[in-house]
Amino acid sequence: MKDQGTYQPYSYYQLMETSLRELLVEKGIVTDDAVNAEVTAMRGRQPERGSKAVARAWVDDAFRQRLLKNGTAACEELGLEIPALKLVVVENTPQVHNAIVCTLCSCYPRVLLGIPPDWYKSRNYRSRMVREPRAVLAEFGLKIADAVQIRVHDSTADMRYMVLPMRPKGTEDWDEARLAAIVSRDSMIGVAIPKVG
Amino acid sequence: MLERGHHDMGGLPAGKVEPTEHDYAEWERRIDAMVQLLRGAGQITVDELRKNIEALPPEAYDKLSYYEKWISSLTQTLLQRGVITTEELGRKMEEVAGRKK
Amino acid sequence: MKPQFATDYPALDAKFDKGDRVRVRKTAPLGHIRTPFYIRGHVGEIERYCGAFPNPEELAQRRDGLPAQPLYRVRFKQKEVWPDYKGPASDVLEIEIFQHWLEKA
Repeated sequence: MKDQGTYQPYSYYQLMETSLRELLVEKGIVTDDAVNAEVTAMRGRQPERGSKAVARAWVDDAFRQRLLKNGTAACEELGLEIPALKLVVVENTPQVHNAIVCTLCSCYPRVLLGIPPDWYKSRNYRSRMVREPRAVLAEFGLKIADAVQIRVHDSTADMRYMVLPMRPKGTEDWDEARLAAIVSRDSMIGVAIPKVG
Repeated sequence: MLERGHHDMGGLPAGKVEPTEHDYAEWERRIDAMVQLLRGAGQITVDELRKNIEALPPEAYDKLSYYEKWISSLTQTLLQRGVITTEELGRKMEEVAGRKK
Repeated sequence: MKPQFATDYPALDAKFDKGDRVRVRKTAPLGHIRTPFYIRGHVGEIERYCGAFPNPEELAQRRDGLPAQPLYRVRFKQKEVWPDYKGPASDVLEIEIFQHWLEKA
């Protein structure tokens, strides 16, 4: 899958970006300041936001229940403004492993996890994740026992999904910040699990 | 050919998933920003953007990077809505390309 | 059935309840469609009612998509979707599908 972002110094598409932006500014539809402010805001949306919600759910069971009931409202409690996002949080348990894909495009909870990685948008992931999830997870180094049910969520419409991974053993006395640090982006997509050390 | 969209790929055979990613360049982030601003202002819908991405020729769909698809689709959408015209865009692209030499 | 996310669009009534068996319509019209091709014709079970949202097929054509269409998460058994599925019978797929693509199974 060639989706690596290796570009010529000024490609046709970059030319289109500059041209379109300048036209929209001339027409008073957007301003350069607004575009730059949006870029800055985007840089602030990193997977750490999702990790924060996961770590809170691990230490606060009432919050965990609210997060599962209405992910959007629960994240707002943490000061994560995600107004337009309809967040469905799916919980991993000893019996169930969840993983997220969008076969039709690349829907992703961007305000919580940032811009999706290239592999999430690749033909290989989008095609195979719904049909052979166990093989795909193994390619990520994740072997799921047959006794564990795999639930693959194809994000086709208005909901966005985040996996609530299981809290690893050996973290019983950890504080929230330390817990958050082991919650990787990939574990919230469901292609990894948090590891201690 | 038309019965199943080229983008509608769930379940089709494909290769090994390589865990590729790259840090997005500034121009890519600006495309994203324009999309968010225009959506917020009600100038476009995400569904129109998706429709125009799905309408890309299959070779382009597979070859273009994520934001290359987005800028193509955003531009197409704004042309369809009459926010910009083909002539304006063409002239602007000539001007910008000339500037860069 | 109470939706997970309340919306205030003028909306169609939700016809299905959690646990109902539903079949995804098997058809292939043109336009912008959010029902994946691979799931059409298959039978699943309503996992939850998400809420009512403007119809993306209409939004894509610059119409308002109202009345809003009830949207469900439907759970399918992998072995039923892919007869050659490699994995335990308990594995499932969950997909959001709008009501107009569903009929009682």
